[in-house]
Amino acid sequence: MPRVVAVGSAARAFTLGAAEIDVEASTVGAMIKTLDTLFPGFGEHIERRMAIAIDGEIHQDASGAPLRPDTEVYLFPRIGGG
Amino acid sequence: MSEVLDRGVTEVELKVVGTRPIRPDGTEKVTGAAMFGADFSMPGMLVGKIKRSPHAHARIVSIDTRRARAVPGVKAVVTAADFPDLASEEYEGGESASNLRDLSLNCMARAKALYDGHAVAAVAAVSAAAAAEAIDLIEIEYEVLPHVIDVEEAMAHDAPVLHAHLFTEGLETRPLSPSNIAQKNELARGDLPAGFAAADVVMEHRYTTAAVHQGYIEPHACVASFAPDGQCQVWSSSQGQFMVRTYCAKVLDLEASNIRVTPAEIGGGFGGKTTVYLEPVALALSRQAGAPVKMVMSREDVFRATGPTSGAVIEIKLGATREGEITAADVVLKYQAGAFPGSPVGAGSMTALACYDIANFRITGYDVVTNSPKVAAYRAPGAPIAAFAVESAVDEMALELGMDPIVLRERNAVKDGVKAAYGPTYRNIGYLETLEAIRDHPHYAAPLGPNQGRGVAVGFWFNVGGESTAAVHINEDGTAVVVTGNPDIGGSRASMAMMAAEVLGLPIEKVRPIVADTASIGFSMLTGGSRTTFATGMAVTQAAQKIVAELRRRAAQIWNVDPEKAEWRNGAAVCLDPAKPEIEPLSLAALAGRSARTGGPITAEVSLTAQGAGPGFGAHICDVEVDPETGHVTILRYTAAQDVGRAIHPAYVEGQIQGGVAQGIGWALNEEYVFDRLGRMENAGFLDYRVPVASDLPMIEPIIVEVANPRHPFGAKGVGEVPIVPPLAAVANAVRRAIGVRMTDLPLSPPKIRAVIDAR
Repeated sequence: MPRVVAVGSAARAFTLGAAEIDVEASTVGAMIKTLDTLFPGFGEHIERRMAIAIDGEIHQDASGAPLRPDTEVYLFPRIGGG
Repeated sequence: MSEVLDRGVTEVELKVVGTRPIRPDGTEKVTGAAMFGADFSMPGMLVGKIKRSPHAHARIVSIDTRRARAVPGVKAVVTAADFPDLASEEYEGGESASNLRDLSLNCMARAKALYDGHAVAAVAAVSAAAAAEAIDLIEIEYEVLPHVIDVEEAMAHDAPVLHAHLFTEGLETRPLSPSNIAQKNELARGDLPAGFAAADVVMEHRYTTAAVHQGYIEPHACVASFAPDGQCQVWSSSQGQFMVRTYCAKVLDLEASNIRVTPAEIGGGFGGKTTVYLEPVALALSRQAGAPVKMVMSREDVFRATGPTSGAVIEIKLGATREGEITAADVVLKYQAGAFPGSPVGAGSMTALACYDIANFRITGYDVVTNSPKVAAYRAPGAPIAAFAVESAVDEMALELGMDPIVLRERNAVKDGVKAAYGPTYRNIGYLETLEAIRDHPHYAAPLGPNQGRGVAVGFWFNVGGESTAAVHINEDGTAVVVTGNPDIGGSRASMAMMAAEVLGLPIEKVRPIVADTASIGFSMLTGGSRTTFATGMAVTQAAQKIVAELRRRAAQIWNVDPEKAEWRNGAAVCLDPAKPEIEPLSLAALAGRSARTGGPITAEVSLTAQGAGPGFGAHICDVEVDPETGHVTILRYTAAQDVGRAIHPAYVEGQIQGGVAQGIGWALNEEYVFDRLGRMENAGFLDYRVPVASDLPMIEPIIVEVANPRHPFGAKGVGEVPIVPPLAAVANAVRRAIGVRMTDLPLSPPKIRAVIDAR
């Protein structure tokens, strides 16, 4: 089952403090939906505020990205720039 | 010209990429013909001006515009009442989500003025004199409130509260009362107490930095036209015409399809032009006046009402073994956000330890609203501030351990396969190579004289990809046009043309790069985050590749051979069919000349979301001399190594490195917002806000390190932000070694240094 790691206390405010969550999902989109069901509001927070790294690589547009059972997904604050 | 160190770039023979052609905008720029934001004009155009709050924090009791409207020549007067009262909503308009209500309120204050210079009303008139007279006649009754600008004073429980609706996010329990702390965030890994217990040396320091402005030479400027049929046009200087369109549409509740934004040449942005200030106001004035309106900020306006980046307090505790293994780090970052939430403390937190492989750490960030202009992005937003503290602390640790500062950094360096402090795993990074480059550079071994010191510091920036669109059109004579939607703030036109020329096999002079308006090209995110050469370059390359595929198809059609038998070499289709050895190559010009009979115009457009931006690292050496009598610091020599993946146009890359270093030196030595006791900025001009000029600096020597990014067709990584990250600490570390005392409060201005020297 893919493992989601929520980086930062803002994300963990949604996950009731949990830093790592195993989510049954085959795509990032499904993962976000499941997380939103588990933790209401977290899906929107991810969509609005967070960047996603799948097995170490940052994805700008990840909703359709497939997840394997051993995939590690990092959610961390979104990055801008100058 | 810089030294270029190539590490692992797969060498294919490149004819254009990696060369130094003349910039396509060069002639216009040096002859003064280039059209910047303030250069555009229209028939019947009015002059728009803003009335700004003289108070750092005040309730707006009433605004009476009757006398202003009576001034001859005045055609429009607007206040917040002329803008929709937007709900609080996060919206993706620039690089990351902005709160639309805050954005609107920053353009035009409603109910409260939150900083000295906050816009409270605006006028459009037939002349600047009439507009200025009307501005003076707008009568505003204020109830002046206590203000707070210092970040720690703003965090105090008894501080004046800017926003009654603002409750700190990121706490374990929802607070019961409003606060100026908009958000607390924490990144952590490992066992912090155990990490410090394993250390032989533990050091704690507190560092402070002042708010500094991006200091772009061109002030914000725009012309806006709101036609009676609702069609709007905006010409403005910004880092993203699509960003301007989106924010104008949202702030004024208009449809994006009714707004066309044309980008002007941009005279510097550095992140400060990733938002809007004037454009919605100019549109609102134009709608009321029924005529185009031009607005140009003065330098004083720019300082008082735009940018800057945060002033900050950073506390750091660092533990290391005698052998130089950093075992634990505890970093607390407190950043001013200005009048509305949204400081770059998140990026500061994520970058703070990004160069270090530390098992146990905690990084706590606070985003704090203050009665000062809302901060805007500034080159690697948040990272230089964090790096100033971390790199100073690492330097102190090196001194304490008696270790070479480069060796200490190498000992604790991140490398491929290491999980970054902010989460993802590094791949194809060139950090160690940049350290090696400065370690082996003659600068590092050069002798120093009395009152001189040498500092080392490193820096990191994520670099991003994102949404980009590019089109390539082949003209009937075989030349090409490359069209993108990204304003050229750092040489992107040249690099776009070069990548297209490389793929098409054309000389660079045959490719004309154009930055199009929002109605003429598909969406692109703004130019920022060091994304354009990477992401838009990827779109350009793919569009050019589609063109090549189409040219091969057409050549095969002409030759009546299988398309697989038509190969593209050096700008021409070559027939590989052994049965037809007599066939001569068909040049791009020959194929373009036959386009009407082979399928019509030859053009391609690609839209994509670029992924795989490679993170950037830099390592800098700075030599200073401190005048013990005056406290003045002279930068004697500066060398900056950076992994850029692949330098598409090395001269522009060098320029980015030199420019970032120059700005970082200004941040370290001179620049700061100075407020009086009423919270009014006292130095809103370049005479009193001292940016470095050419005579202040030596030639900054860049070292281009190339560890290719395999996710980009030519190996490119972002370049523009990393160079401003190390200089603050590189300068401070050099001063430390010159005077023997650690200075922790930026800028390192002569009076502060004199005070330290006197107290030795």
